Amino acid sequence: MFYQILALALKEFQAILRDRQSRLVLIGPPIAQLLVFGYAATFDLNNIPVAIYNQDGSHLSRELVSHIAGSPYFEVVKNIQHDDEISPLIMTKKALMVIYIKSDFSNEQAINHSSHLQVIVDGRNSNTALLALNYIRTIIINFNQQFLKTQGRHPPPAVLKVRSWFNPNLLSRWFIVPGIVALLTLVVPLIITALSVAREREAGTFDQILVTPLSPFQILLGKSIPGVVIGLVQGTIIILLTVLWFKIPLLGSIGTLYFGLTLFLLSTVGIGLMISSLSITQQQGLMGAFLFLVPAVILSGFATPIANMPELVQDLTYINPMRYFLIIVRGVYLEGNSYADLISQFWPMTLIGLISLTLAGWMFKHRMY
Amino acid sequence: MNTPSEAIIQLDNISLSFALPATSVQALDNISVKVKAGQITGLIGPDGAGKTTLMRLLSGLLKPDSGQAKVLGLDVVKNPQQIQSMIGYMPQRFGLYEDLTVQENMDLYADLHNIPVDQRASRYEKLLSMSQMAPFTARLAGKLSGGMKQKLGLACALVSPPRLLILDEPTVGVDPVSRRELWQIINQMLQEEHISVLMSTAYLDEAERCNDVILMHKGQILQQASPEVFSQTMQNRTFLAHSTALSKRHLQARLSKEAGVLDALIDNDDIHLVMQEAIINDVPAFNDIEDLHIRPTRPHFEDAFIALLKTNPDPGNAITETETEAQKSSQSSNDLNQKQSRLKNNVSDSIIKVDKVVRRFGDFYAVKGISFEVKRGEIFGLLGANGAGKSTLFRMLCGLLPASDGKVEVAGHNLRTASASARAHIGYMAQRFSLYTNLTIKQNLMFFSKAYGLRGKQQKERIQWALDEFELADYYNTNSNDLPLGYKQRLAFAAALMHQPDILFLDEPTSGVDPLARREFWHRTNELAESGVTILVTTHFMDEANYCDRLIIMAAGTELATGSPEDLRHHFKSAQNPEPSMEDTFIALVETKAENRKNIND
Amino acid sequence: MTDHFSTPAHNNFSPQRLKGIVRKESLQILRDPSSIAIAFVLPVVLLLLFGYGVSLDAKHVPIGFVVETPDTNTQSFISMFKHSDYFEPQQFLTTHKAKQALKERKIFGIVRLRNDFSDQMLSSGDSPIELLVNGVDANQARITEGYILSIWQLWLSRTAQVQGKPLQVPITIDQRVWFNSALKSRNYLVPGLIAVIMTLIGAMLTAMVVAREWERGTMEAILVTPVRLSEFLLGKLIPYFILGMGGMLLSVAMAYWQFDVPFRGSFVVLFFSSTLFMLTCLGLGLFISTITRSQFVAGEVSILVSFLPAFILSGFIFDINSMPPVIQWLTYLVPAKYFVAIIQSTFLAGNVWPIILTNCAYLILMSLVFFALIMKKSHKSLE
Repeated sequence: MFYQILALALKEFQAILRDRQSRLVLIGPPIAQLLVFGYAATFDLNNIPVAIYNQDGSHLSRELVSHIAGSPYFEVVKNIQHDDEISPLIMTKKALMVIYIKSDFSNEQAINHSSHLQVIVDGRNSNTALLALNYIRTIIINFNQQFLKTQGRHPPPAVLKVRSWFNPNLLSRWFIVPGIVALLTLVVPLIITALSVAREREAGTFDQILVTPLSPFQILLGKSIPGVVIGLVQGTIIILLTVLWFKIPLLGSIGTLYFGLTLFLLSTVGIGLMISSLSITQQQGLMGAFLFLVPAVILSGFATPIANMPELVQDLTYINPMRYFLIIVRGVYLEGNSYADLISQFWPMTLIGLISLTLAGWMFKHRMY
Repeated sequence: MNTPSEAIIQLDNISLSFALPATSVQALDNISVKVKAGQITGLIGPDGAGKTTLMRLLSGLLKPDSGQAKVLGLDVVKNPQQIQSMIGYMPQRFGLYEDLTVQENMDLYADLHNIPVDQRASRYEKLLSMSQMAPFTARLAGKLSGGMKQKLGLACALVSPPRLLILDEPTVGVDPVSRRELWQIINQMLQEEHISVLMSTAYLDEAERCNDVILMHKGQILQQASPEVFSQTMQNRTFLAHSTALSKRHLQARLSKEAGVLDALIDNDDIHLVMQEAIINDVPAFNDIEDLHIRPTRPHFEDAFIALLKTNPDPGNAITETETEAQKSSQSSNDLNQKQSRLKNNVSDSIIKVDKVVRRFGDFYAVKGISFEVKRGEIFGLLGANGAGKSTLFRMLCGLLPASDGKVEVAGHNLRTASASARAHIGYMAQRFSLYTNLTIKQNLMFFSKAYGLRGKQQKERIQWALDEFELADYYNTNSNDLPLGYKQRLAFAAALMHQPDILFLDEPTSGVDPLARREFWHRTNELAESGVTILVTTHFMDEANYCDRLIIMAAGTELATGSPEDLRHHFKSAQNPEPSMEDTFIALVETKAENRKNIND
Repeated sequence: MTDHFSTPAHNNFSPQRLKGIVRKESLQILRDPSSIAIAFVLPVVLLLLFGYGVSLDAKHVPIGFVVETPDTNTQSFISMFKHSDYFEPQQFLTTHKAKQALKERKIFGIVRLRNDFSDQMLSSGDSPIELLVNGVDANQARITEGYILSIWQLWLSRTAQVQGKPLQVPITIDQRVWFNSALKSRNYLVPGLIAVIMTLIGAMLTAMVVAREWERGTMEAILVTPVRLSEFLLGKLIPYFILGMGGMLLSVAMAYWQFDVPFRGSFVVLFFSSTLFMLTCLGLGLFISTITRSQFVAGEVSILVSFLPAFILSGFIFDINSMPPVIQWLTYLVPAKYFVAIIQSTFLAGNVWPIILTNCAYLILMSLVFFALIMKKSHKSLE
């Protein structure tokens, strides 16, 4: 019984690994995606192009400008002399931000002990604008505190002291890269299993299997093994790269991570087999996989938080196994979570896995022809 | 207008090879040939001989590595577009847009050939009436039957009156009635528009109707001559043998092992013998066979074909070894015999029962109320054209498709709901020899043997048996995709036999396979049947019906006739046709049926 | 001999043959709902999915408060949060419980006010407000931090006003956000999404069409007619171009009416640049199609080379300036990058000619490259 299932799984492996093209598909895109995502998918800003329009020219204003220019986040691309230079610079995206110090800047300070600094920012990309504004605000607050101290003036009654847990320097790479473990272990096993039955249907070999003494359940089992094994191998490679190459801290236990990964793969493979049992051609299988993958990735919290979505969409994410696995991966990597911390993530994935595998088995029996 | 004797195609020392990942294949090997204008030239040869490559080269789709090719006096490399505007070409898969209607397909080809709109109507009318498709102009090409598709494909190739018509296996998979109609169109065009035709064909009886025949083999031309010249070499070498003491299959097996016999084939009620040498005014003598009656007969064109290929020894070629194989296989299947002689004891049981079975797809009835029974050890044939419903019926028998109504039983089980152990008794060979194309022969055999639960010593023995019996050892580690078609068929056959099944289901086992490989296949099948295996086989080759003990002929999902091939043929015996072939029988059956239907409609 | 056979009309470009191919292709589109679905249903679905699913605007962020000694000062500080749309404050009695909630991801950050908060405020000032955020999602953490920072500043000045001691902050920031003053992320994400989605659709529409002819065996029959390659390719391009532009118009209409994205540029400019972009994408698809012979591979490749790069490397969500130089160079190969710049500007900023013209120039260049490659890679023969 088990022997026959293994034989089928072995054959699946041979079929996947013998073909040079499909070997490449297993190795190439995941590595490329890891590198591209790892380096390109970042919300952290650096070298924000900023233009300075200093009409004042006093010691105070010059000190302020040197503070901004000295920050690693900003790069002064131009010193402006005229009002009409502002608009084109921002319009054409040569500068994201213009720091405008008016001519009465130091005068105001002398009279009111307070002066205004105008910051004009390109809001087309609101996230970038928001972050750039935060950076400039932080610089000014620090500048203010220093300035008050040197002047011997009273500090503000309360100050904000910020600490962040798990990711002290708030590097978005620490957030994105562990997420890639989930992304890639979703994509490849899903596509492999989603196409596995359709490929045989197209080649006509599926009939050949169905007339053997193997039962539909055994066939399904034999077909799910390669997806899980390949997912585990691929996951291992990616985990190694994230730790050794991207230097992401892995605080929690490997065991917890692999336990989560296995559950995740089971649910992925279950969904893949559901697609597989519905599709007659590989093209339909690919389409089905694509139609599942895109929403699954978007609505997983991979790049943007689930909490920002409309309620209805948030409810929808509960049936997405990737949602749970992302929390597990990030929890284990950055927060050092243990099994007990993640129980609330494990059981929904198990449930999704069981339901999808059962449904796949049922659909498989009813769409055998 | 050129005179008929002028060469419309002229090839000088043409060579062409394809690079494969591992090796390169010499598809055309230094070919020089002339084809005369104004007649039909047939291109024949076993699978992989280079026929399609040659036709593609002539239509400007491929460029030769060396040599010069001229079509209609123009060089194919330099002036492909000019040539293309003057030829009609129908590729093997007819090249129709299935989601366009008949009319739209014809419009497309008219546009592509720049035919002025005012000239179209008359041309369409002629082509449509010739192909009898006028009532179907608004039908989607995908909804046409196989024969109609071919006729439409031909009409599209003829939209712009071509000087030369190139047809690549135009009659493959087409029922005999449509085949006859296709030939009528071609002949009519030949007479009325003085075109020239070059066609390749797998049906050797069609080659007989050509004015000139080119026989290709392994990228070379073995012979070019008229069919009469081909047959003449076979004068006094062909005989019909008959014995009341032995069954046809037995007799065939015996005779094919006799010295001096080149080929022995079941031909209606007799065995058609081809001798290695001519025997003038006498018949060959075989001592140890009782009650043997031998009489001379007219040679078939096929005899010449077989003889030419068999006397062209080529190591490693599937074709030359049929004889030795036959001897070998009878020895190695002894173990099979033992097992199955046991089965032969109760021969009279019906092992397959089909009772009023129906299969609907939506509101379309693919199979409507078919009933028959198959006895143990019988070869039972399912015959019919493409779309007759035989594959649907076949799939229901194997349990791959549930029946909408009626009962299907194989060895007392419905295979769709039967336990695994019931399925262990059947072997199945799918259409198109479905194997794992990117796995090697070894991996394929390993997988199928394991899937049937064989392991250890037994598994080893069976794989060894398959390699010996089917001579696959040379290709042990070759991807099955890279195998020649004949070997793919052998491998599929071997895979289906790994577990020594009692019942064997074979779906179109000879489709696309050349005549030699077909013979070899039937040889093995006969042997299996002799050892007690029940065999259910579908085919659209009417002549293969003679190998069956009994058969059912299907058309449009219904039964046309059931019975032994002899009974069916004798039923249509007439004064004009005292010895009707299976094909004549089929056409007669279809026509009677159409007549009946007409009566009902009126 | 040659003269005898040759007919004059076959060598020039023939409008009739082109018309034949266009008509055939259009009929096939009409009969096969899948390409219509790709052109019209897919963008709607994806736009809805992304438009609602992808948002970087934090709202109702759950924040925990630990106030060791509640009084009017702490009260006024917390009420600032209660009145903000961005936060949902929750009170915790002990730091330990709050931290537990943070670990369980029930709250996103903790604000702690120590028991000497008010005393210190009145005496030396500098009274610490401790903020602890969950830094796992760094972007979200930063944005939250920014929101809290501005609430804190607002609170400071209000408190000062109440106490009659105007707050003396040496430098205050007047921020002017151009083009998107409410900083709604949807306003830039939706136009960018149109670029990403249309890359995918443009490529998918044509990627399969030539491969499909190979697979169905119709290519061989077409190749043997006198049709010229340019007629064949153009005949395939025209219907899919119209279809693709239809999908594009639908997406723009959805952005305007469904997602309320302001449109400040001119429609003509957008239409013209969309034309160029659509040609580039169809060219990409057609190129994929000519080098693959199976629909399956073509579909897979088109998703791989169009969707993912457009998503990540087009600058539609991730800032190109912040990427490493090597990856910045890579972005030049992504057609969507140019169109993202154009469409975000025409929607939010208006007709910014330098942006429109440079990016259009790049698109023209790219489409020319693709069409040159297509002509080079496809021959009227079977290899």
